[in-house]
Amino acid sequence: MTDNIIEVENLEHSFGDLKAVDKVSFSVQEGEIFSFLGPNGAGKSTTINVLTTQLPCQKGTVRVCGFDVRTAPHSVKESIGIVFQDEVLDRDMTVKETLEFHGRIYSMPRAQRLEREKELLELVELEEKVDVRTKHLSGGMKRRLEIARGLMTRPRVLFLDEPTIGLDPQTRLRIWDYIKRVNEEGTTIFLTTHYMDEADLLSDRIEIMDHGKIIASGTSESLKNTLGKDMIYLETENDEKSAEISRRVSEVTEVKKTSKGLELILDADGSRVLPTIIRSIEDESIDILSVKMKKPSLDDVFVHYTGREIRTGSGENGMPKMRRH
Amino acid sequence: MGKEFLTIYWREMIRFTRFKGQLFAALVQPALWLLLFGVAMSSNFDAASGAFSPLPGVVSIDYLTFMAAGVMAMTALFTCLFGGMGLLFDKNWGIMKEMLASPMRNHHIQIGVGLGGITKALIQVGLIMVFGLVLGVTFFSGFSAIETVMAVLGIFAFIAVFSAGFIFLSAGLAMRVESMESIQAMMTLLTLPLMFSSNALYSTSAFPGWLQAVSTVNPLTYLVNGIRYFALGDDFTAMGTHYEYTGGDIILSFIVLLAFTGLTFVFAWRAFKTAKVT
Repeated sequence: MTDNIIEVENLEHSFGDLKAVDKVSFSVQEGEIFSFLGPNGAGKSTTINVLTTQLPCQKGTVRVCGFDVRTAPHSVKESIGIVFQDEVLDRDMTVKETLEFHGRIYSMPRAQRLEREKELLELVELEEKVDVRTKHLSGGMKRRLEIARGLMTRPRVLFLDEPTIGLDPQTRLRIWDYIKRVNEEGTTIFLTTHYMDEADLLSDRIEIMDHGKIIASGTSESLKNTLGKDMIYLETENDEKSAEISRRVSEVTEVKKTSKGLELILDADGSRVLPTIIRSIEDESIDILSVKMKKPSLDDVFVHYTGREIRTGSGENGMPKMRRH
Repeated sequence: MGKEFLTIYWREMIRFTRFKGQLFAALVQPALWLLLFGVAMSSNFDAASGAFSPLPGVVSIDYLTFMAAGVMAMTALFTCLFGGMGLLFDKNWGIMKEMLASPMRNHHIQIGVGLGGITKALIQVGLIMVFGLVLGVTFFSGFSAIETVMAVLGIFAFIAVFSAGFIFLSAGLAMRVESMESIQAMMTLLTLPLMFSSNALYSTSAFPGWLQAVSTVNPLTYLVNGIRYFALGDDFTAMGTHYEYTGGDIILSFIVLLAFTGLTFVFAWRAFKTAKVT
């Protein structure tokens, strides 16, 4: 027995000629918050859809809660909860009916269902909205209701696909708070998000996927460390030459030209290296226009690995459109 | 088999009673049909029916009574033909994803929606029948109380099987198509020929051969036969046509409806079996 609640080995999935997922392997440990990141069209949704048995497992092995998605999809479905990326609610059902419907299609015994309904409405603070139709709820309340619904059956893993997309900052904080509380109670969280602050704050472990492959994995800390200790952003009169000069400084591990100037990655304390760099550039009579130094963020890690800012709009790279509407 | 289909049915009924305007329209529309079309046409036909010499010893039925059976059948047809549209709505904007991601077997959705359609059709048909009796429709004339109850049960049995057939057809289509527009177009395309190639509003005996052939594969014809048999008896004339039903005719009609429903059941079953929302 392992304590891996999700095990993915050499998963491959194609849509016609297009390979959306290409030999992906990773695992999620029981009890952790696991973040699955990647630009639009990277293959994340396809992977999640296979994990949640929404798509067939074409090649490779996927085990969720000890069940093979290919041979025991029913058991997989029983042991997971899902909060979908887009709104999946009956607008004309009330909050209570929404939870009742869910509990009933998952064959929960009545007494247990009523108890969970009460508990969860309290958790997501929707007790006063029980008889309100979902169409009259705010975006944040709808999300909270969907999270409560996903937890009705006390799933061992809760899949959260972009849980705070389109929500205001206060609501996001509250949702993060619920996610943490749910996780503390023992539910493993499988999170996908485009918000790096969210992944940074919540996750124990992160995998970054792009072009159908896992390209980086580790804790938020270890991923940031792969980018070095500090990052320096320079704007100079002559970026070409400044880049060349910076490369000669031994603590500089990487120099990248961006649209706004230079980005240097250091493997030493930046506050000590920066004067050297500035002096070397000024010695060549190049004026420095601006200097900024910061610790690498998860955003930097993401952009570093995926090579560009998050691509907007799904369906790029000829990917089939996964989002509805 | 679990009983999750009852949950789907429960939701169908919530939705049926929740939209008061829609519910009102669903009940009033066939009543208006009966009232306006029925009364208007019967004043014409009944004036003309003086030209038909009544058969001695055979009950002659006025037009309103004749077409009331047809309106009941058409009500069931419309309700169920459009009854699967909710599924398309669920697929595009609703909770189909939740249902398909759950461990519930997909065919529970089919059964639940089917039961919902049957219930809605029975409620509507029942109300239309009562409304018709108020307007002067002479159903069940000369029937004893027990005969009347048996006749109503017979009518309901026919309506139930027929409704199931069309709700499965509608559900099967809804699960296969992508857009509201395409299913609406299909339904509208189906409605007219079903209505006018049947015996709902007039006798088919004077139809040209090809149209008669169409009417014999039209499930609506068999439903109307069943309703008339139970409501009017096995021997009557209406608008100069002599109707005689034997028990065998009626059993055959019922079997035809069962077969039709069996086909659409499989049609829907297949759609649900492979249903995926991603």
